[in-house]
Amino acid sequence: MSLLNKHSVFEKNSIVLCVGILITVAIGGLVEIAPLFYLESTIEKVKGMRPYTPLELAGRNIYIREGCYNCHSQMVRPFRDEAERYGHYSLAAESMYDHPFQWGSKRTGPDLARVGARYSDDWHVAHMNNPRSVVPESIMPGYPFLAEHPLKIEDLAGHLIANRGVGVPYSDEMIEKAVEDARTQVNPDADDFDAFMERYPKAQVRDFDGNPEKLSELDALIAYLQMLGTLVDFDLYAKDPALR
Amino acid sequence: MNSTLTANRDSGGAWIMGVLFALGSIVSLLWMAKAASPELAFHAFLFFAFFTLGCFVLVKRHYDMAESPAVPVTGDDVGYMDGVIRAGAIASTFWGVVGFIVGLVIALQLAFPVLNFDLPWTNFGRLRPLHTSAVIFAFGGNVLIMTSFHVVQRTCKARLAGGLAPWFVFWGYQLFIVLAATGYVLGITQSKEYAEPEWYVDLWLTIVWVAYLLVFLGTLWKRREPHIYVANWFYLAFIITIAMLHIVNNLSLPVSLTGAKSYSAFSGVQDALTQWWYGHNAVGFFLTAGFLAIMYYYIPKRAERPVYSYRLSIIHFWSLIFLYIWAGPHHLHYTALPDWAQTLGMTFSIMLWMPSWGGMINGLMTLSGAWDKLRTDPVLRMLVTSVAFYGMSTFEGPVMSIKAVNGLSHYTDWTIGHVHSGALGWVGMVSFGALYCVVPIMWNRERLYSLRLVGWHFWISTIGIVLYITSMWVSGILQGLMWRAYDSLGFLEYSFVETVEAMHPFYVIRALGGAVFVAGSLVMAYNLYRTMRGDLRDEAPFVGAPVRAPQAAVAAGE
Repeated sequence: MSLLNKHSVFEKNSIVLCVGILITVAIGGLVEIAPLFYLESTIEKVKGMRPYTPLELAGRNIYIREGCYNCHSQMVRPFRDEAERYGHYSLAAESMYDHPFQWGSKRTGPDLARVGARYSDDWHVAHMNNPRSVVPESIMPGYPFLAEHPLKIEDLAGHLIANRGVGVPYSDEMIEKAVEDARTQVNPDADDFDAFMERYPKAQVRDFDGNPEKLSELDALIAYLQMLGTLVDFDLYAKDPALR
Repeated sequence: MNSTLTANRDSGGAWIMGVLFALGSIVSLLWMAKAASPELAFHAFLFFAFFTLGCFVLVKRHYDMAESPAVPVTGDDVGYMDGVIRAGAIASTFWGVVGFIVGLVIALQLAFPVLNFDLPWTNFGRLRPLHTSAVIFAFGGNVLIMTSFHVVQRTCKARLAGGLAPWFVFWGYQLFIVLAATGYVLGITQSKEYAEPEWYVDLWLTIVWVAYLLVFLGTLWKRREPHIYVANWFYLAFIITIAMLHIVNNLSLPVSLTGAKSYSAFSGVQDALTQWWYGHNAVGFFLTAGFLAIMYYYIPKRAERPVYSYRLSIIHFWSLIFLYIWAGPHHLHYTALPDWAQTLGMTFSIMLWMPSWGGMINGLMTLSGAWDKLRTDPVLRMLVTSVAFYGMSTFEGPVMSIKAVNGLSHYTDWTIGHVHSGALGWVGMVSFGALYCVVPIMWNRERLYSLRLVGWHFWISTIGIVLYITSMWVSGILQGLMWRAYDSLGFLEYSFVETVEAMHPFYVIRALGGAVFVAGSLVMAYNLYRTMRGDLRDEAPFVGAPVRAPQAAVAAGE
C-alpha cells in the first residue's frame, strides 16, 4: 500500500492538508452549480414574467419574515396528482426574479405556487385572521396582527434598487415611482393607474384587506398571494414545444 | 522560556484586541443611533454590549496582571488552555436543553395550533428556525468548538494558539447565536434554511470563524507530534468547508447599511441549488465531519483501544468529503432544477452510502476486544449507539435520494423523521457521550457524579428517539400516499386538509417522543452540574464491572 504511505505528506503538513481539503470539497459545487449560470437551457423562455410590483415585493418580504416557507412549498412537481391539485408544474422561469427562491422543502400546508386567484380576498382576510374560521381542520397559526400593522413603504425604492443590484430588471421609472405604485395598487381610482399597469402588466389593483382606510401588511401579503402563478401564459407555453 | 513568550504574546494580542473592541463599541453605538428599525437597533445594542464588556474585561485583566506580574507564567498560561473548554461544556449543555425545549414547543404547535397564540413572536414560522439554529449551531456548534479545542490540544500536545483568541471565538460565537435567535423571533430572516441570519450576522460569523480556523491551525503548527491525528483532519475539513459554504450561500446585497434586510445575490434555480449545496453540507460537514472527529477521538479513548483501521480512516476521510459536496441536488428532485443536476445529485448520494458505512465500521470495530464495556460503561454505550444511528440514517438518506422514493417522501414528515434519526440519534448521542467524557476531565473529577444516571439518560433518549422517528415514518408515508391516492372514478381521493387532519395522532406521538428526549437532556444537565460541583453519587457499579481481572481482559482482547 505504497499510495497510502504517501498520505503522510498530508499528516505532517497542515497547509498541504488544508489545500487538499479545499480542492476536494470545491469540485462538486463547481461542476453542479457553475453551469446553471451559463447553460441557456436552465431557464425556459416564457412570456409574461415581470418583476414584482412594489406592493407584491413588500408582501413577499412579509411572507419571508413570518417564515411561511417553513410549511408551504412553491414548487409544483410534474406529477399527475400535483397537476390536478395545484395546476401546471412549476417552471424555472417562474422564480427567475426571486431573491431568494421560495421553493420550500416541506408541505405542512399546501403548495402555494399557483394559489393566485384561487380564493377571494375576503377568504384570505378571514383565513389570515383565523385559519380555522374557514378551514376547521387547519393547523396554521393565525396572523391577526397583519391587518393592524401599517405597511412600511417609505423605503420601497431602496428595495427595488437592491433588487436591481442583484439582477432584477427594475427600470429607473419603476424605482422613482415605487412608493406611489404601492399606493396605486390598492386604489383603482388612482390617477396613475394606466401607467402603473403598463409598468406591471397583469397586476391586480384593488383594496385587498377590505379596509380602504389603511394600507396594511395584510394588503401587501394578499397582493403577493393573489399574483402567485398568474404571470406565465401556459396556453402559449403548451402550444409551442420549442419553448420547452 | 516558552511560557514567557506565550505571556508576552498574550499581552500584545490583548492590546490589539482592546483597541479593536473599543472601535467596535463606537461603531456599534453609531449604528444603533442610525438603525432604520427598532429590531436592528436592538441588535446594534447587543454588539455594543459585547464590545464594551469585552473592553472592560481586558482592562481589568491588564490591571490584575500588573498587580501580580508573576501570575501569567504559572497556572493556566502554561500547559493546556482548559478554561474555554469548561465554558464550552456549560454552553453546550445550556443551548442543548434550550434547543430541545423549543423543538418540543413547535412539535406541540403542530399538534395543537392554539399554542401559536397568534402573536408575531410565537408563531411556528418564526420559532422553527429558532429550534433548528439552536440545536444545530448553538448546541452542535458549541460541542464542536469545545471538543475540537480539547482534542487538538491533547493530540498535538500543545496549548491552544493565539493567546486570548480562543476566548474571542467562544464569546463571539455566543454573540452570533444570540443575534440569530433574537433575529428570528423579531422577524429578521433571509429565509434560507439553516442560513437564516441576515447579512450583518453573517459577516460577524465570518470574522469569528476565521479566528477559529487560525486558532485551530496555529495549534497544529505548535504540535509536538510529527503526525496530525485523524480527528483533526475531520475538524479541519469541517472548519474550512463551512467557511466556504457560509460565504458563498450568504452572498447578498443589503438594502441599506442601516437596515436588516438584504436580497440574495442569486435567484430562483441557481439560488435553490446554492442553498441546498449549503444546506446538505451543513449536514455533511457541520453535523457529520465534525462529529466524526468526536467519534475518532472519544470512542478509542473511552474504549482504550486504537482506531480499528488507519487505512480505512484515510479512505473514509477523503471519499466522504469528496462525495458529500455533490449530494445537494437530492433536495430538489422533480423541481425546476435541470434533470442532469438532479441525476448527478442522486448518483453521488447513493455512492455516499459507502464512505458513511466505512466510517461507521471504523468506529464500531474500534470496540474489538472491548465490547464487554458496553455493559459496564453507559457513556461508551451512548457513543456506540450514536454510531449505530449514524449508520442507520446514512442508509436511509441514500434510499430517500432515489428519485422514485423521493417522489413519495419529499415535502412530507418522512424527511423530518430522517433528519431527527441523524440529529437526535447520531449528533445528540455522540455529543452527550463527549460531554460525559469531557466534564470529569476538565473539572478534574475522579468520575461522573453518577454513571447510573447516564444509563437512565441513555434509555430515556433512546425511547424518545424511537417514538419520534417511527411516528414520522408513518405520518410521512401516509401523507405521501394520501396525496397521490385516486378513487375508483379517477378523482383525487383526499383534499389537502384531510391529509393534515390524518397527521394529528402522529404529531401527538412525536411531541411525546420529544418530551421524553427533553427529559433525558435534563437528567444529563443535572448529572453534569453535580459532577462540576465535585459530588460523587454513592451507587452500585454496573454488574460485570469487577468480574474480570484486568489481565484476563487483555488476554481475551488478543
